[in-house]
Amino acid sequence: MKAYLLFALKRFIQLVAVVFCGCSIAFLVAHLSPISPVDTIIMQVTGRSASSPEAIKTLRAVLTEEFGLNVPLWQQYLNFIRHLFVLDFGPALIAFPTPAMNLVMLALPWTFGLLLVATVITWTVGNIAGGLAGYFQNSRLLKAFGIVAIGIQPIPYYIVAFLLVIIFGFLWPVLPISGGFAMDVAEGWTLQFALSVIYYSILPASALIIVGIGTWFLGMRALVSNIITEDYVTYAELAGVRQGRIVGSYVIRNALVPQLTALALTLGSIFSGTVITEQVFTYPGLGSLLVRAVNGGDTGVVLAISCISIMSVASAIFIIDLLHPLIDPRVRSE
Amino acid sequence: MTDILTVEDLKAYYLMNYFGVNREVRAVDGISMSIARNEIYGIAGESSSGKTSLIKVLAAATRPPLKIVGGSALYHFKSGDIDIAKASERELEAIRWRNLSYIMQGSMSVLNPLRKVGRIFEDFAARPLGLSGGAFRQRVVEHLERLKLSPQLLNAYPHELSGGMRQRVTIGLATVCNPEFIIADEPTTALDVVVQKDVLSLVKRLQTEFGSSIVFVTHDMAVHASIADRVGIIYAGRLVEEAPTRTLFAAPKHPYTAHLVASLPRIGDTGQRPALEGRPPSLANPPAGCRFHPRCPLALDKCKTEVPPLELVAPGQRSACWRWADVRPIVPAPAKVAEAVR
Amino acid sequence: MFSVLRDLIRYNAEFAIGLVLVGLVILFSLLSFVSPVDPTAVSRVAPDMAPSLDYIFGTNSRGQDMFWQLAFAFRNTLTFGLTVAFFSRIIAIAVGLLAGYLGGWIDRSLMFVTDIFVAIPIFPILILFYFVLKTNANGLSLALLMACFGWPYDARLIRSVALGLRYREFSRQALFAGMSPVKIMFEEHLPYVMPIIFSTALANMIWSIGLEVTLAVLGFTNLNIPTVGTTLYWANNHSALVVGTWWWIAVPVAIVVILFVGLFLLAVSLNEYIDPRSRLRRMGA
Repeated sequence: MKAYLLFALKRFIQLVAVVFCGCSIAFLVAHLSPISPVDTIIMQVTGRSASSPEAIKTLRAVLTEEFGLNVPLWQQYLNFIRHLFVLDFGPALIAFPTPAMNLVMLALPWTFGLLLVATVITWTVGNIAGGLAGYFQNSRLLKAFGIVAIGIQPIPYYIVAFLLVIIFGFLWPVLPISGGFAMDVAEGWTLQFALSVIYYSILPASALIIVGIGTWFLGMRALVSNIITEDYVTYAELAGVRQGRIVGSYVIRNALVPQLTALALTLGSIFSGTVITEQVFTYPGLGSLLVRAVNGGDTGVVLAISCISIMSVASAIFIIDLLHPLIDPRVRSE
Repeated sequence: MTDILTVEDLKAYYLMNYFGVNREVRAVDGISMSIARNEIYGIAGESSSGKTSLIKVLAAATRPPLKIVGGSALYHFKSGDIDIAKASERELEAIRWRNLSYIMQGSMSVLNPLRKVGRIFEDFAARPLGLSGGAFRQRVVEHLERLKLSPQLLNAYPHELSGGMRQRVTIGLATVCNPEFIIADEPTTALDVVVQKDVLSLVKRLQTEFGSSIVFVTHDMAVHASIADRVGIIYAGRLVEEAPTRTLFAAPKHPYTAHLVASLPRIGDTGQRPALEGRPPSLANPPAGCRFHPRCPLALDKCKTEVPPLELVAPGQRSACWRWADVRPIVPAPAKVAEAVR
Repeated sequence: MFSVLRDLIRYNAEFAIGLVLVGLVILFSLLSFVSPVDPTAVSRVAPDMAPSLDYIFGTNSRGQDMFWQLAFAFRNTLTFGLTVAFFSRIIAIAVGLLAGYLGGWIDRSLMFVTDIFVAIPIFPILILFYFVLKTNANGLSLALLMACFGWPYDARLIRSVALGLRYREFSRQALFAGMSPVKIMFEEHLPYVMPIIFSTALANMIWSIGLEVTLAVLGFTNLNIPTVGTTLYWANNHSALVVGTWWWIAVPVAIVVILFVGLFLLAVSLNEYIDPRSRLRRMGA
């Protein structure tokens, strides 16, 4: 038990380091901008109506202080870090003066839910199918599946999402292609709402699943092809152990361990894929928010989304790392 | 019938086709022998002599590219006869682990690292024994205790056990159903001598207490000397000599055996040993005639073209050499052994 | 080396198909060097014309010939992919070899940094990058930024190979014989590392091109440079599907899929070729 706690502590330190570095990079990139948010607002205000120069100067001073831009860069950085701890990213430009964080928190559950469901389905179904394909190498059905997977796997998220929009938006409109839930259903913890959410998430989730399943299938199949040559599998086979037991507990179970590691490594890109898919389906998650923010020139929100996504992905990796010793007894004794 | 296994002209080749190149490696090329009940038969030979392939055939463990291309290997179990070379998968399943079991080379990795030892026992032995639950566990515990292994092992994971312990657990696993025939492939390689001694005495007890017949494969002649009743020497896919252990060591009747036996150091021995020139032939393209002739100090012209048959040359001793009568031990056997043989 | 290629082409179907697919796309993009058309010009030909003998890939709503447009687009996209792959290989090799060979605290700190980069989702950072630089973000700077994120996974791979090689007998013998470590690295070890570098470079290309397409489609790159992504962006912008100019989207998507499938097949078959265990498995009667 003590070893496990030590292990968890090490991983936690790594988590903190990742979040820190990632957010710092985001901060640095954000402040490369030649355009300051203050100027953007001033431009918007002066574009709408004429204002006296004194009013503009006061506005500029107030805004500069509001955005914390009246101090040198390193001090801005320190402020940023301080605010990071309380998750304060300043006001959002696109919904001034609502704090950027609020907008993010509204959108986060949608993205999180979609990501979680889609990833769990993709990972388990893809791996099991791949495992069977790797073991029963002569099965026609599984070989066909493999060829389909090779064809689909390299297609980027965007294109699959787009194709789904075309098919279900224009050719066969049976599923909703935009929004998170029906417009005439009230938000809340009701069954009606829940069903509506599920109904509206079918297409975006399908896009994620279609793209992701190929990768896991092919990876697992390759992994299993190697595992079946291992001594303990050969031994069990020639000892006459029941085939179901071999496929389940000797082959797939052993292959899932590296696949779990792989999941941790690819979470970053799965997250990116989710963001893009959301944008295509106008799903009310971080993706749509991000595009709105970029188009609105809102550094605060973009920075907030970047930092929150870094934190989320890093935390998810942390959790997966913690799961590792539980499924692989060899790691436990390290 | 006192024989438990009769092998007749068994042939098994590796048939490979890769990048347009066809290769046929004749790993087992016409082997005939028989093994009696309750005997320990040792198989010796260099690496890539074909002995592991022979074992795989006898254990019904052939997988592509290895394929049985001729001959037969007939087992006479109490439950009935079965020819490995021709049996169907269903028939084989009936005898696997129950009548015939196999201790594989490389015990380090034959146990599933993610499964507890107890569960592994269940996977392997519950079906052949026809037991489950409490009765099964009881049987396993009894068996382990007879082998002087602690039942605590059942709760451990394989990586928590030392190499020697794992090997003993593997032996326990292979014998829990009390099979009539056990094949052991290099079970003591990669173990230190102390553990080796333990494992060997365990194997010996399998024969005396359980009544199993054991085929034991190893290149280590010292191991054969300590527990085998009879020893067969394989060279380049063929059986070249077979004799009771003492006879083989004291009075070998094949030049290759003479050199093998001489490789064992003896207490008080200070002389130099002559080494055999050359290397074992490639099994894809073996020499014509007697396969040993390129390296043999006694080779005649006849040996280059005619294959010497494996014949009885002394009571219980077979040799495949035209000049068997001229073979002398390179280092004389210790007096006691020579006396016992005569 | 050529005999290896010849063997692969002759006996490995995946490799051959992959090579053909990728080759087709490369040839197509090379045509852009002899193009009579300036890719940034608009309203040059009649717009919205379906594919025909005159215009093999049709024309788009901006009045451009799709054939030459796409030739340029793919040239730019491929160059982009190659640039990212090249620079990220350099970083991956440097980090991987240093960590593998030198070990100790250098190894630990490099791996720490690597793990950090693995965990950071690149997408928000790329968007931030575009966001702050707007139209000043050109292909090269984007490529360099992506190269900074595309190396961690492969660095780990190279490191484990380096670790293995370091302890192999022939390395120690060479060292003992007086060969300098650098010479050992280049002459003895590089042949082991090169195949891995190639196949990871291919996978890297798929990744970087996919990401570029995604960013461009959302409108987050310099839209005046013709690339596959910007083509799709403009198609969307002009509501290509609604208007009926389906070829504006279909043709680039089809070619991109061909490219990706080709790269993927190449990477997979190279991987399988390198792995000695899979070679043994493929023998059989």
